[in-house]
Amino acid sequence: MNLVTISGPPSSGKTAVILKAAENLKKRGLKVGAVKFDCLHTDDDLAYEKAGIPVKKGLSGSLCPDHYFVSNIEAVAAWGMEEGFDLLVSESAGLCNRCSPYIKEIKAVCVIDNLSGINTPRKIGPMLRMADIVVITKGDIVSQAEREVFAAGVYAVNPGAVIMHVNGLTGQGAYELSTLLFDERTKLDTLKGKKLRFSMPSALCSYCLGETRIGESYQMGNVRKMDIKNN
Amino acid sequence: MTQREILQQSPQALIEKYPFLSAFFEGQHWMSKLNPEQSLADLFALIDDEHAEDHAFDVQDFINQLMDFIAEMKVFIGNETFQVHQLSILPGTNKSGEPEGFEKLVFEPRTITSIVGPTGSGKSRLLADIEWVAQGDTPTQRRILINEELPDNAWRFSGNRKLVAQLSQNMNFVMDLTVREFLELHAKSRMVTDSGDLIKRIISAANELAGEKFSPDTAITALSGGQSRALMIADTALLSQSPVVLIDEIENAGIDRKKALEILTGEDKIVLMATHDPLLALMADQRIVIKNGGIHRVIKTSAEERTLLSELEQADLKQQQMRTALRSGAVLQRDMYL
Repeated sequence: MNLVTISGPPSSGKTAVILKAAENLKKRGLKVGAVKFDCLHTDDDLAYEKAGIPVKKGLSGSLCPDHYFVSNIEAVAAWGMEEGFDLLVSESAGLCNRCSPYIKEIKAVCVIDNLSGINTPRKIGPMLRMADIVVITKGDIVSQAEREVFAAGVYAVNPGAVIMHVNGLTGQGAYELSTLLFDERTKLDTLKGKKLRFSMPSALCSYCLGETRIGESYQMGNVRKMDIKNN
Repeated sequence: MTQREILQQSPQALIEKYPFLSAFFEGQHWMSKLNPEQSLADLFALIDDEHAEDHAFDVQDFINQLMDFIAEMKVFIGNETFQVHQLSILPGTNKSGEPEGFEKLVFEPRTITSIVGPTGSGKSRLLADIEWVAQGDTPTQRRILINEELPDNAWRFSGNRKLVAQLSQNMNFVMDLTVREFLELHAKSRMVTDSGDLIKRIISAANELAGEKFSPDTAITALSGGQSRALMIADTALLSQSPVVLIDEIENAGIDRKKALEILTGEDKIVLMATHDPLLALMADQRIVIKNGGIHRVIKTSAEERTLLSELEQADLKQQQMRTALRSGAVLQRDMYL
């Protein structure tokens, strides 16, 4: 089985891109499964089901969605192998713009859209910088110049990545993406022992543990203060 | 440069040597408060674990990306291989697996090819084949040659250089900038250092295309539909890196379409144009008929068609003059523009 992790800001078009790429893989007779990690709510599992793609859904609720992802991805991968998938796609939203739920030796794709603003590539952090493939969506509604400026911004942050334009509505570019997602020489047996590409932000303070009151005396653990004076 | 040599250099010295690196260093938050005149090795020594983790910074990762960036920019800058003198398509098959009806389809800079065929017939696939420089590895099995040779893989995988620029009906400007700021930003992303003259040329070209003129200080989101299209076309002609321009219908309103095509071909672009408007389709040197996912026929624009075109152009001119007259409040008369 191949495993690919796909992440990107909310509403960047991850599900649409995956569905279009999966359509092309299914035409080649490959069996594709998906898992969707999200925070509070998602209907994307219905979209996968509608497309005939077996899907599992994980909602992190009050936990950090990326920590939740790492704690569950091994079991999900095992499920995928049991089901006999050729490709399992794991989709998760990068909610804090800092995390990189990418795993070493597992192909990582970041989906980001042209409408998200010219400085976005610089803001996103490891999710963009450490991806192997960067997919830029919504190119059909902005000018050629903006597409070029945006792609140059992505390139400056992650020069090593393959940068592709995919249209999640028409599927333009999705065939090409699909050829990069599945490699028949890749055989994943287990995720156990593999490592994240980058550490997740560490924090364990009173608020992580359910504190709701505001004030110095309620703050314990890993707490950091803004430097207001010299800001 | 080897890794060791790079480590001895300061960011400032690197930018002096390779001006294109300024974009790369701008994105490096971890060094925002450090002195760019110190060598990278010295800067790395200043970074403790907490600082590195806050900025998601990893030394080896950074060096790899820096070296990738330099290597790839060098490939493109001043490299003849990336000048496109000719683009050709070798035939594949249509959706039913039948071979396409041509031997070799050639596109040259300064020429226009129109693409006709019903919606869903395979126009997007054709474009995608060109953009992906297909090598028999797409559903159509077509192969694309650049300068009569197997193309460099960089065309496919490079983040920064694409073969095809696209202009279509539903595109908008979304940035909140003036025309001048916007063009400066585009020029900067192309590593054009002295962009003043170029920006003037783009604006004057756009103003020639649009009925109503705009100034460099107009916000791009405040441009009218025609002005936006005019600016997109002039900008794509003069500032886009891509040698091939695909146009998906140019609407008739508010823009001189013939001049638009002249600007593009004048800048050595290979122009492909999906259209069913006879006025545009016949302006092309050749047209491709797409049917059932394949190129069904390639037709050279005939002498008779060219005669027809000049008749159509006259009718079009008449319409445009009437439009201008209406705008200025005139009452139209039957014999006004004979």
